[in-house]
Amino acid sequence: MSERKPSEIRPVVNESGIAIKPHYTAADVEASGGLAMLGKPGEFPFTRGIHALMYRKQPWTMRQYAGFGNPQETNQRFKYLIANGQTGLNVAFDLPTQIGLDSDDPLAEGEVGRVGMSIDTLRDFEIAFEGIDLKEITVSLTINGAAAILIAMYLAMAEKRGYDVKQLRGTAQNDILKEFIGRGTWIFPVEPSIRLVGDTIEYCAEHAPKYSPVSVCGYHIRESGANPAQEMAYAFCIAKAYADEVIKRGLAVDEFAGRLSYNFNIFGNLFEQVAKFRAGRGLWAKIMKEQYGAEKPGSMWLRMIAAGGGGGLTFEQPELNIVRGAYYALISALSGTQTMALCSYDEAYTIPTEYSARVSLRTMQILIEEMGLTETVDPLGGSYYVETLTNQMRAEMEGIMAEVDALGGMVKLVSEGIVQAKVSAQAYQMQRDLESGKFPKVGVNKYRIPEEEHKVEFHPYSEADAQKQIASLDAVRAQRDPAQVAQCLARVREDAAARRNVMPALVAAVKAYASVGEMTRELVGVFGRYREPIRF
Amino acid sequence: MNLGAQTNSGPRIRVLLAKPGLDGHDQGAKVVARAMMDAGFEVIYTGLRQTPENVARMAMEEDVDVIALSSLAGSHLPFCRKLKPLLEAQGLNDKLWVIGGNLPAQDHEALRQLGFQGVFPTGSKLDAIVGFIREHVK
Repeated sequence: MSERKPSEIRPVVNESGIAIKPHYTAADVEASGGLAMLGKPGEFPFTRGIHALMYRKQPWTMRQYAGFGNPQETNQRFKYLIANGQTGLNVAFDLPTQIGLDSDDPLAEGEVGRVGMSIDTLRDFEIAFEGIDLKEITVSLTINGAAAILIAMYLAMAEKRGYDVKQLRGTAQNDILKEFIGRGTWIFPVEPSIRLVGDTIEYCAEHAPKYSPVSVCGYHIRESGANPAQEMAYAFCIAKAYADEVIKRGLAVDEFAGRLSYNFNIFGNLFEQVAKFRAGRGLWAKIMKEQYGAEKPGSMWLRMIAAGGGGGLTFEQPELNIVRGAYYALISALSGTQTMALCSYDEAYTIPTEYSARVSLRTMQILIEEMGLTETVDPLGGSYYVETLTNQMRAEMEGIMAEVDALGGMVKLVSEGIVQAKVSAQAYQMQRDLESGKFPKVGVNKYRIPEEEHKVEFHPYSEADAQKQIASLDAVRAQRDPAQVAQCLARVREDAAARRNVMPALVAAVKAYASVGEMTRELVGVFGRYREPIRF
Repeated sequence: MNLGAQTNSGPRIRVLLAKPGLDGHDQGAKVVARAMMDAGFEVIYTGLRQTPENVARMAMEEDVDVIALSSLAGSHLPFCRKLKPLLEAQGLNDKLWVIGGNLPAQDHEALRQLGFQGVFPTGSKLDAIVGFIREHVK
């Protein structure tokens, strides 16, 4: 590559719209706001990290997304990952489960067990987690539309196994607002959907106070086309909507905020990502303290999973995704995440094989064991560049949040499809830039291999396994007490109609082996179904 | 919902762009919809979770030239097998059927056999999709 003449050196602007200088000094830090928001790790405003000792005390949790086929198969993959050193589980559900359909629903045909594990009743959860110590391994459920039902099922399963639910840790994604923006596993209209999130937070605050009922996701908003500053700002707006819903019911912020968590995406410019997370930590702490009056430090913590995103990976030259994954993991560690996950190198094609999932896990383990990343908290802190960028990213996020508020708030913008249209317009521009080469991507618009052959092993889909799952659902239905099930389902409907918290009724129904589809039908009967606003 | 289009000379190409099955990944579909609109096509985007019956019915009612599917979650073959006879029953054999998304190479021939002349796996260029449609609409 030939050297550029001074006249050819172009201005650089990062994805969030911030101009990047060739070098930074103390004067830039000062001009961007100084070090007022820096503080110490473990102290307000937590820009440097939510704990004083961070990874010295405990390295990040490694939690690869996994699940496919029926509960037996998923249980085996879970055990494989744990045997290889994974310290948490992140459960992938199939699409019928995610949108509240039973495996024998006609709409589920061809989709049972395809992109995740199929779950119909409590029996399936008993099988999926058989032999896994739920105290040692914390479980994250990637479930949204049907989250209230699956949380009820998880708590019931743990209780049945003899765990004290009051001590039980774990997470549910349960972020429905982002499903309306991207990912698309909504079921009910916006208003009752938010109410259900409120029900889970309220219920867990009382009955499972160590369980994290919501993980607010910037991740998928980013995948849908948002830039890094928007990713975080929109996630904060969504979290505020849930917090407002719960506070409206009379809960104090310190009774629930400590169990809110976040899920963010990593791809793109390393420094922009690190600054994004540092800025976000300070901003969230400030919001919780100043706007919500939180007093407990835990209520101000931005607890997060920062995951190497699928959007950064390429279909072309897939082995390069291993390298990208390693850089994403490095960014995640430099950003002070609590939990880490990586999309595997074959994930642009298929469900990861055992081999590719293990490569992802080993990538994170190398960082812990070999690279010195667990020794010192916030190792990039104090860099003129990183501190300046952190201040600028924080200001950018505050600006985006103020804009959302000025336009009527996140719930309104999502209900009307306005956020969806905005991020999708950006995704289109991004794709055009990718195709024109303006946005460089190795293997895609640079250093291509002509006539590339893709040697990726595809995860097989088994229709026989889907039939087995349906047979197992039939067997559960034949064994349970129909009168008890009917009574429990009636209570779900009554409580939903009376605007009571539906969680106690769902827990009772789950314990009677009511199915995901049956419970969802009761709720749809009261709430109706979401109708997607199509807006370009 | 009819999304309109930029002006262009000649009759506009009308496209039904559908999200088949339960897959919620609509970023790609929306990007392709915008590219088609920029090219002057009229795009009717269905939104998520369309059944084969819905797709066939809308294709008929909207009197489209092109039936386009975007599938990312792997259920393209079972879906297209159900859709094909429904489209045929509506007499829509002469329309252009195309599909894009996460479509493994090993499935491309099967999709073509099912009547999908245009198969656009991940990595396909927007201009290639638009160009193919322009060339093949009768």
